[in-house]
Amino acid sequence: MITETDTAADTFASRHNGPRPSDIADMLQTLGYESLDGLMDDVVPGAIRTDTPIDLPAARSEDDVLEDLRAMAAKNRVFRDYIGMGYADTITPPVILRNIMENPGWYTAYTPYQAEIAQGRLEALLNFQTVVSDLTGLDTANASLLDEGTAAAEAMHMTAAVSRKKGDRCFLVDAQCHPQTIAIIETRARPQGIRIEIGDPDTFAFGDDTIGALLQYPASDGQIRDYRAVCDAAHAADALVTVATDLLSLTMLAPPGEWGADIAVGNSQRFGVPLGFGGPHAAFFATQERYKRNLPGRIIGVSRDAQGNPAMRMALQTREQHIRRDKATSNICTAQVLLAVMAGMYAVYHGPEGLRRIARRIHDLSRTLAHALRQHGHTVVHDDFFDTLAVELPAAAEVMAAAVERGINLRAISDRSIGISLDERTTVTDLADILAAFGVDATPDQLAGIAAQAPQAIPPSLERTSDFLSHPVFHRYRSETEMLRYLKRLENKDLSLTAAMIPLGSCTMKLNATTEMIPVTWPTFAAPHPFVPRDQVEGYMELFRRLEDGLAAVTGFDAISLQPNAGSQGEFAGLLTIRSYHQARGDTGRTTCLIPMSAHGTNPASAVMAGMKVVVVKSDEHGNIDIDDLRAKAEAHRDSLGALMVTYPSTHGVFEAGIRDICDIVHEHGGQVYMDGANLNAQVGLCDPADIGADVCHLNLHKTFCIPHGGGGPGMGPIGVKAHLAPHLPDHPVVPLGMADSCGTVSAAPWGSASILPISYAYLAMMGPDGLTEATKVAILNANYVAHRLRDVFPLLYSGATGLVAHECILDVRPFKASAGVDVEDVAKRIIDYSFHPPTVSFPVPGTMMVEPTESESREELDRFCDALIAIRQEIAEIESGEADREDNLLKNAPHTLAAVTADDWTHPYSRERAAFPMPEARESKVWPTVGRLDGAYGDRNLVCVCLPMEAYAEA
Amino acid sequence: MSNVPDTLRYSSEHEYIKPMDDPSVVEIGITDYAQGELGDIVFVSLPGVGDTFEESDSLGTIEAVKAVSELYSPVTGEVVEVNEALDADPAAINRDAYGDGWMVRVKISDPAQLESLMDAAGYKKHIGE
Repeated sequence: MITETDTAADTFASRHNGPRPSDIADMLQTLGYESLDGLMDDVVPGAIRTDTPIDLPAARSEDDVLEDLRAMAAKNRVFRDYIGMGYADTITPPVILRNIMENPGWYTAYTPYQAEIAQGRLEALLNFQTVVSDLTGLDTANASLLDEGTAAAEAMHMTAAVSRKKGDRCFLVDAQCHPQTIAIIETRARPQGIRIEIGDPDTFAFGDDTIGALLQYPASDGQIRDYRAVCDAAHAADALVTVATDLLSLTMLAPPGEWGADIAVGNSQRFGVPLGFGGPHAAFFATQERYKRNLPGRIIGVSRDAQGNPAMRMALQTREQHIRRDKATSNICTAQVLLAVMAGMYAVYHGPEGLRRIARRIHDLSRTLAHALRQHGHTVVHDDFFDTLAVELPAAAEVMAAAVERGINLRAISDRSIGISLDERTTVTDLADILAAFGVDATPDQLAGIAAQAPQAIPPSLERTSDFLSHPVFHRYRSETEMLRYLKRLENKDLSLTAAMIPLGSCTMKLNATTEMIPVTWPTFAAPHPFVPRDQVEGYMELFRRLEDGLAAVTGFDAISLQPNAGSQGEFAGLLTIRSYHQARGDTGRTTCLIPMSAHGTNPASAVMAGMKVVVVKSDEHGNIDIDDLRAKAEAHRDSLGALMVTYPSTHGVFEAGIRDICDIVHEHGGQVYMDGANLNAQVGLCDPADIGADVCHLNLHKTFCIPHGGGGPGMGPIGVKAHLAPHLPDHPVVPLGMADSCGTVSAAPWGSASILPISYAYLAMMGPDGLTEATKVAILNANYVAHRLRDVFPLLYSGATGLVAHECILDVRPFKASAGVDVEDVAKRIIDYSFHPPTVSFPVPGTMMVEPTESESREELDRFCDALIAIRQEIAEIESGEADREDNLLKNAPHTLAAVTADDWTHPYSRERAAFPMPEARESKVWPTVGRLDGAYGDRNLVCVCLPMEAYAEA
Repeated sequence: MSNVPDTLRYSSEHEYIKPMDDPSVVEIGITDYAQGELGDIVFVSLPGVGDTFEESDSLGTIEAVKAVSELYSPVTGEVVEVNEALDADPAAINRDAYGDGWMVRVKISDPAQLESLMDAAGYKKHIGE
């Protein structure tokens, strides 16, 4: 007989959490506790605990939630979208869809901090950089940014950083840039005191105060213009030119780098990445080699490994915010790796001739459409275009409505102007349907005749003559079998969550459940263009409402903005919201931002971007905020105090007991409290940021709420705010969100990367209030279990008053520098030999490792990891005692590649077996590093960020 | 143990100050201890000849693989020479901090400032050696 209890026992929470109930009992016993609640009482200070359960519906089964999401998605009506504005429909090659986008081997990896077990995605990213560099005609490209609008804003910041001009500065913006790009630029420029002047490039006046200009090529309304004279005028005035562009068009058009652009940015979405109602997509950024040190975001570079073989890793990291802090030009941390990998692979799949063919076809359809419209008396505004037409007519609304009746969305540029952007999916039948909306009848046969007569639409002076994508990688994998094997070969070089735990502190590498992931690629979520009429996407609207309600229930906030596309963008948006609030009250001078010394580098970088002055607050010897110093600084800056940025639990992994006092002090002195939600995974269900005293908090959906890390992006960083800040949340120029007094626009799409939001919604729905709280408790239990097992081997750096940690712990390996000549790098690389991903290295304390196991790791996996670290401690002891050599030892030579341990030549004083299989379990599931230890200095001194000629990879 | 020559003077920010034949000019670089802490240096950005600096102004930045550090001017003065060889070979600082790794030569405005800098014994104490 079937009973309800049978089904009730198989909850999603029991799948999401690693340890079984019997393990939990054992682990608690090891720690000296009888119950999880007893442990929580000692970890989480009583003063901040909430006793009210999270106000969410009870947990539902995986199957139930999938049905629920299917019903929601069915309310999105998928039209043919010809809206353009930086987004174009595309065909994702199925071999890429299934083997990258839907494949946990790719989407569960993290940013390639450990290059030796990340060569697969590093190679894929180098392909992406090569595509960007070749197509834009600029030598140095990064590994992607969040979206075109923020990439353009990053270009403005970079322009300001390299400019020699001081004082009142001006940045010129082409009125024919996409409107969301202009809104983001204005939002970003305001706190920097940069004046934005919007106009026609032909009338740009480059004055003494002009630092640069932004052009759109082809323009938002489709026109292709020759900007050579604009570039000459800019350079004569010592100003830089940024060009926002479209990669596909550059297969036919002269690339910006060949006619004077200093920077090129844009969206690579149409290279096989679904529209997803706004994202996630990978934006690109390329510039000239001489500006490489000012380039924002991650750059993948080629270096060499310890054996002298070519090997890739993230290059020039000293540019980045985690090192530069308040001196950084950008607060950007992550990239959009998964999407950049897809876009690069789209180019690998099609090759240059395939891309040219796709572009040519779209262009020919566009010419045909233009000619047909003209023949029937319509005014097509521009003669020169690639894929976008602007059509002037007496009443745009009628045609827009006629199009919608045919299941087609066009762009209403104005009451008297319509934009039509064609794409890879457009067919001759679609053309006939578009024409019908304009009252033009044309059969496919007639259109073929019209195509033959349609005049050229690319000016000869702007035709592309240079070659691109000549590297063999873009020519070898034309059959699906070869392509599949190439993708698999790269995937197999990397360590993802499919192989082992990734205990990166501060990163929360928890389960990304299959059920959560499945809806992402349903066409009903993946297909809509971000600017379609809202009544076509009622499913999305319902999803947003429910997710916002859920996030508000978890955090205690009154309003949520889903717009920020990453944690860094959430920080920036939160601080801008605070600024906007102060200014609305006439408090224009509140621009001091207090930031604890222990904060992540992104905090000060974000504060500077938001126009605030950073004042550092000291930490005490336990890693907690020094409350006396905080009080003194709040007092000293009481007239200018804008905000405190605080991470909770602290970046040192401790629940600070004084947090309420800290928030009170800031409020008493007129400031607002910004809470960095990086460590929210330790709070859910036990305490909430709003109750503790935060006014704003960003939520890393890619940490606590299960969006996978994608190998280094996508992420999402929505912010929660209290009611008084709600009117100041981000808005959007194309899709108004109704904010009364908005701080501006922070992402290109109104709801950020909408298509990955079902993941977080599914997690909340399947866990329910009890499951979420249980997950937090297990995350804390797992961290304390690891800390307990390792504390005698590696000193635990910080713990709370009770000797316990929150959801992560810092292991100190600094003493081994003196005792064995071993540093944190050696330990981390040796962990790779044990088939684990190393913890976070040297953050937040140099020379230490931070471990965050998350709730999803089983006790067995935790024990395996602890056993590995204990064994490594033993290896260090052998060096300390003189038994092992101080230079030629297991740690210094780690990681050991298959090639190294099977080479005929083996000169090391330890055995090959110890090198490669230090524990018996490793034999069953060995993850081989594919290169030896990276030589970071070599690569940074000789930057190479595009594919090397094949000879370089030939066996020596 | 780091190399701390007796003939030089030192700032608390780990710059060394070497007297030159011309008593009004000093050579500035970072100490052996500082290059060891920074690790492999990959890039240095230095001022131009003729630039003037106050004491503790930033003269430039030194980038290693995992860290970046400001070079602070230990004295007030005018830059008269810059080690341009470091552009092509920043590793010279790691190899030979007090020789090929020198960074700038500065004409000092106030020789008395040199008196407030540490001697070798003082610097050794400063870095705990």
